[in-house]
Amino acid sequence: MNGRIFQIASNTFREAVRDRVLYNLIAFALLMSGAAVLVGQISIDIERLVVINLGLTAISLFGTVIAIFVGIGLVSKEIDKRTLYTVLSRPVQRWEFIVGKFLGLAGTLTVNTFFMAIGVFASLLYVSHRLHRADGWVLAALYFIILQFLITTALALLFSSFSSPLMSAVFAFSLFVIGSFAEDLRGFAAMTGGLTKWLATGAAYLVPNFSALNVISSVAHQQPVSGHLILYNTAYAVVYSAMVLCGGILIFQHRNLK
Amino acid sequence: MSSTRRVTIAAGTLLLFSFVGSVLLLRQVDHLRTNATIEQVLFISSPRALKRMSLGYDGLLADIYWTRAVQYFGTAHHSTGNYELLYPLLNIATVLDPHLVPAYEFGANFVGPKPPNGAGQPEKAIALTEFGIRNNLNEWRLYYNLGFIHYTEMKNYSAAADAFARGSEVPGAHPFLRILAAQMAQHAGESDTARMLWTTTYQASQDPSIRANAVAHLRALRVDDEVTKLESTISLYRQKTGRSPSNFAELARAGLIGGVPLDPLGRPYNLTADGKLEVRSPDDLPFIQKGMPAGYVPPKRPKLLPSD
Repeated sequence: MNGRIFQIASNTFREAVRDRVLYNLIAFALLMSGAAVLVGQISIDIERLVVINLGLTAISLFGTVIAIFVGIGLVSKEIDKRTLYTVLSRPVQRWEFIVGKFLGLAGTLTVNTFFMAIGVFASLLYVSHRLHRADGWVLAALYFIILQFLITTALALLFSSFSSPLMSAVFAFSLFVIGSFAEDLRGFAAMTGGLTKWLATGAAYLVPNFSALNVISSVAHQQPVSGHLILYNTAYAVVYSAMVLCGGILIFQHRNLK
Repeated sequence: MSSTRRVTIAAGTLLLFSFVGSVLLLRQVDHLRTNATIEQVLFISSPRALKRMSLGYDGLLADIYWTRAVQYFGTAHHSTGNYELLYPLLNIATVLDPHLVPAYEFGANFVGPKPPNGAGQPEKAIALTEFGIRNNLNEWRLYYNLGFIHYTEMKNYSAAADAFARGSEVPGAHPFLRILAAQMAQHAGESDTARMLWTTTYQASQDPSIRANAVAHLRALRVDDEVTKLESTISLYRQKTGRSPSNFAELARAGLIGGVPLDPLGRPYNLTADGKLEVRSPDDLPFIQKGMPAGYVPPKRPKLLPSD
């Protein structure tokens, strides 16, 4: 990796840690330990299911909120604090700044997910007394959640590159919601005709498809995740994030920062 | 004492009192709004709409609705005895997560039976179970549950036989299913068949409510069988002596029984002066058809859950 990008990424990670972003782990730990103790008393025959569904849903939601609310400030905060000018006065390209910020936040979210995953497996061990081979599929769901974070982070950065933090949050959250309905949008496109069909199909492919990255329910029922799905989802998340980042770089490259 | 410390103590004390006050007030509000939770559930009754609103996190939402269904059943059992919302809750839970097998089992056991033992909606119980089978073709327990509803609630023995036969073909199915399918043809109404059904229900489920219900039915079947047999014995005694026995000792002296017969709870049966047999605590033996004391009125809420 380019040394400058690495520097920006590691600074972004350190800043996130300094901003107490990882404090959400405490809330997550409390949630999981509470759930693990209570679940046996309130659910019947589905303790394992609840722990996986709750744990992975919480990881996904916590991470998405962090990706959006930290991501939207990555550029605008640097402009407000005027630190961006110091960075760009050095031999740092604007695209390197955007890519570095992206990797820094993606790294923060990955570390965050890693610790939360430990919490999920510990709770699972507590309620089931032992881990099963099929519990390994939870790792696939966790991997897909990280892929989801990559896309969300890229989107937040894209909006952060030209809009105010508030509007960036609205745009990013809206796209997260629309992305969860991506398959419905495609179904809607299939039912229409003419220009509407083209527009709806275009919109369906333009918005991120988060539903394909959500296998929480399947792995909770110990259903395997196919290798092909892992491969295609990885490629999709990388390509889509690259596309969004390129959009962000293009906008930021031409933005008048004076 | 510094002013900062004074403020800290005052604010801390106020916080504590406010917290206690809010808890007490909320308890009062809960007393006034006993059906608030139920109204909330009805507010969004479409499972499809809820699935859309879950933003893909439908698994967790399904678990929440399943837990609510169980809690609703327990609460209704101990209060109104009206299980009107049991099916909608289970329907939502299973549409959100079609692989939630315990929810189908619960529905088969408590949506179909007539009140006060269930919601009295056997058609809905069948629809729920058939939805479960369509989504879980390899779950033999769902075929069993379908046959069970057809047998116990609908008295449709051919449909029950068909469900058991289909279930018996699922890999790993309980061996009783094949026998039950055959039993339906010739011995549908017999107590041995019913006993086999309830035994399978008990063995197939881990749910404490379902198991307690099965145990209550098995006890009732045993009482019905024992009372029938003892009545035959008393009839035989009458034929031999020309009079009814006044107690079990007379039957024992005549060599017709070994001692005082006990019901499934270990309590001795009562033999009345006119030679009738009764259980001593019918409230603890719901579902019995025989051995009820004369003029006995069953309680509004039968003892069928572990908490009863």
